[in-house]
Amino acid sequence: MNTTAADKKVRSRRSLSRNDRFTLSAFVGFPTFVQLIFLWIPALATILLSFTYWNGIRISDIKWAGFANYKNIFLNDTLFYEALKNNLIWLLWFSLIATPLGILLAYQIDRKIKGHKIYESIYYIPVVLSLAVIGIIWNFMFQPGGFIQGLMGRDIGNAVSIWGNYKINTYVIMAVASWRHIGYIMLLYLSGLKSVDPSLKEASAIDGATDWQTFRKVILPAMKPVNIIIVVITLIESLRAFDLVFIIYGSSTSWPLLNILVYQNFAGQGISMKGAALAVILLLLCIGPIIGYLRTVFKEDL
Amino acid sequence: MSTIVQDQKYRNSQKRKDAFISTFIGFFAFVWIFPILWTIWTSLRPYSDVVSYGVFSWPKRLNFDNYFAAFKQMHILGYFLNSLYVTIPAVIITLFLGSLIAFVVSRYKFKFSLPLLLVFTAGNMLPAVLVYIPVFWMYIWVGDLVGNRNFLYNNYLGLILIHVAFQTGFATFVLSSYMKTIPKEISESAIVDGASVFTHYWRVILPLIRPPLAALGVLMTTWIYNDFFWALILVSQDSKRPITSGLRRLNGEFVTDFNLLAAGAILAAAPTVILFFVLRKQFISGLTLGSTKG
Repeated sequence: MNTTAADKKVRSRRSLSRNDRFTLSAFVGFPTFVQLIFLWIPALATILLSFTYWNGIRISDIKWAGFANYKNIFLNDTLFYEALKNNLIWLLWFSLIATPLGILLAYQIDRKIKGHKIYESIYYIPVVLSLAVIGIIWNFMFQPGGFIQGLMGRDIGNAVSIWGNYKINTYVIMAVASWRHIGYIMLLYLSGLKSVDPSLKEASAIDGATDWQTFRKVILPAMKPVNIIIVVITLIESLRAFDLVFIIYGSSTSWPLLNILVYQNFAGQGISMKGAALAVILLLLCIGPIIGYLRTVFKEDL
Repeated sequence: MSTIVQDQKYRNSQKRKDAFISTFIGFFAFVWIFPILWTIWTSLRPYSDVVSYGVFSWPKRLNFDNYFAAFKQMHILGYFLNSLYVTIPAVIITLFLGSLIAFVVSRYKFKFSLPLLLVFTAGNMLPAVLVYIPVFWMYIWVGDLVGNRNFLYNNYLGLILIHVAFQTGFATFVLSSYMKTIPKEISESAIVDGASVFTHYWRVILPLIRPPLAALGVLMTTWIYNDFFWALILVSQDSKRPITSGLRRLNGEFVTDFNLLAAGAILAAAPTVILFFVLRKQFISGLTLGSTKG
C-alpha cells in the first residue's frame, strides 16, 4: 500500500509535462527572484557593508574596516547605549504592562460582559490607524493648545513642553505606544479565545474555580500557540519601533531608539556604515524571536 | 437547599463583580476613544477661536471649513491618490506572488518546499533598516541605467516593489496554511483529468482560496496604506508622497494651525477606519489566519 502510494507520487511527478515543469519553475522562480533581489541580497550586502568604511557615494570608495564600526559603537557610542536602554524600556513596558492588559481585556470581552461589542470596536480603532496619524492625534493632546495643556490650565501662550521633559516623556511615549498595542494584542487573543472549547470553561466554572483560576489553569495553557505568537509580536514590535518616535522628535536623538540611530547614520548629513553595523545588531536581537515564530507556526512540518 | 442558596449568593457576587469590570473597561474605552474625539472636535473649530477664547472655550463656530481648507491648502487629495497608486498594485501583486508560491509548496511536495516557505516567512520579519542602504543605492543605480533617476526612487514603482518584497512572505505563509486544508482529492482528480499546472492553479485552486485572499487583501491594504518608513525614505519629491509621509511634512509646515492639521489627520485616518468597519470580519480573520494556526 505504502509503496504504491510512493509509486504514484513518483509517477505523478514524472508525468509532469515539459510545459508543466516550466510553469512550476516560473511560479517558484519569479516570486523568489523578487525576494532575493529586494530582501535577501540587500540584507547580505548590509551585513558586508557593516565591516567597511563607506560614505555611500562611489562604490570604489568602499574600504575594509574589519570590526572597527562595531568597536566604535560598543566602546565610544553613548547614544547607542541610550537607544538600547530605550528599546529595553519599550520591551519591558510592552511585555509587563501592555501585553498582559490586552490579554486580560480580551478575556473579559470574551466573557461577553455588558457592552462588550462597543468596547471591542473602540479598542480596535487605534489598531487600524497609521503610527503617523497616531503621533499627530496625540500631539493634539500634549502640544500647546492641546487637551492636557488645557487641563493643566495652560493656554497656547504659556504652554509647557511635555515631549521635551525628560522626567516624563518616556512614560508618555509608552502610554501612546500602548494605545495601539493593547488593542492589537486584544484582537489576536480574542480570536484565539473564540477557538477554545467552551465546555472547558463551563467545566471549570462548575468545579467552582474562580475567574482567575479558570484563566490561569484552563485558558492560558489551552492558548499556548497564540501565547507564543503574542510574545514574538511584542518582542519584534519593541525592537522595530520607529514611526511614532520619529513623528514626535524627527531625526533628532532626543529619545533615541536603535532604528532611529540607523536612520540617522543612513539619511543624516553624512552616510556612515556605522548605521549598517547598528542594523546588523538589530537583526541579531531579532533573530531569537524570528526563530521562535517559525518554530511555532511550522511545528507540524519541522 | 443550602447549595442552591450558596449558588445564588455566588452568582450575585459574580454579577456585582461583572458590573464593576464592565464599568471599569467602559471607562477606559472612553479614555481610549477620547483622543480621536478630541481631534475631530479640534478639526471642526477655527484656529482663531482657540487662540482668542482658549482651549476649553465654548465654540462660537463649528463647521467643516478646516476640511475644505485641507483639500485646498494641503493638497491632501494628491497624497491620497499617491497612496492609492502604491497600495492597490502592491496588494494585488503581493497576493498573486504569494498564491503562486503557496500553491507550489502545498500542492506539489518538492524537497525544497519547506525551506522555501521558511525563507519567505522569515523575510517578512527582517528589520526594514537592514535592507535600506542597498535598496536605496540599487534604486538610484537602476535609475541611472535606464536614464531616469526617478524611475524607482521617488516613484510609485519603487514603493510598490519594496512592499511586495516584504509582504509576499506573510501572504505565502497564510495562503499555504489555508491551501493545506483543501482536500488532496480535488487536486488529484484535476491532474487525472489532464489539467495542466496552470489550469490546476487558475481554475481549481484560485477559486477555492477567495476567503483568505479577501482577508489578506483587507489586511495588507491597511498595512501598506499605513506604511511610514518606506514612504519616508524612498520618496523625497512632495508630489509623489503617500499620505503618511505627506502628513508628516504638513505636521511641520502647519504646526501653528493645528485645527487644519486635525482635519488632515482625520481625513488620512478615514479610509482604513471605514475599511475596517465595513470589512471587519475579513480584517480580523486575516490577522488571525497568520497567528492562530497550530
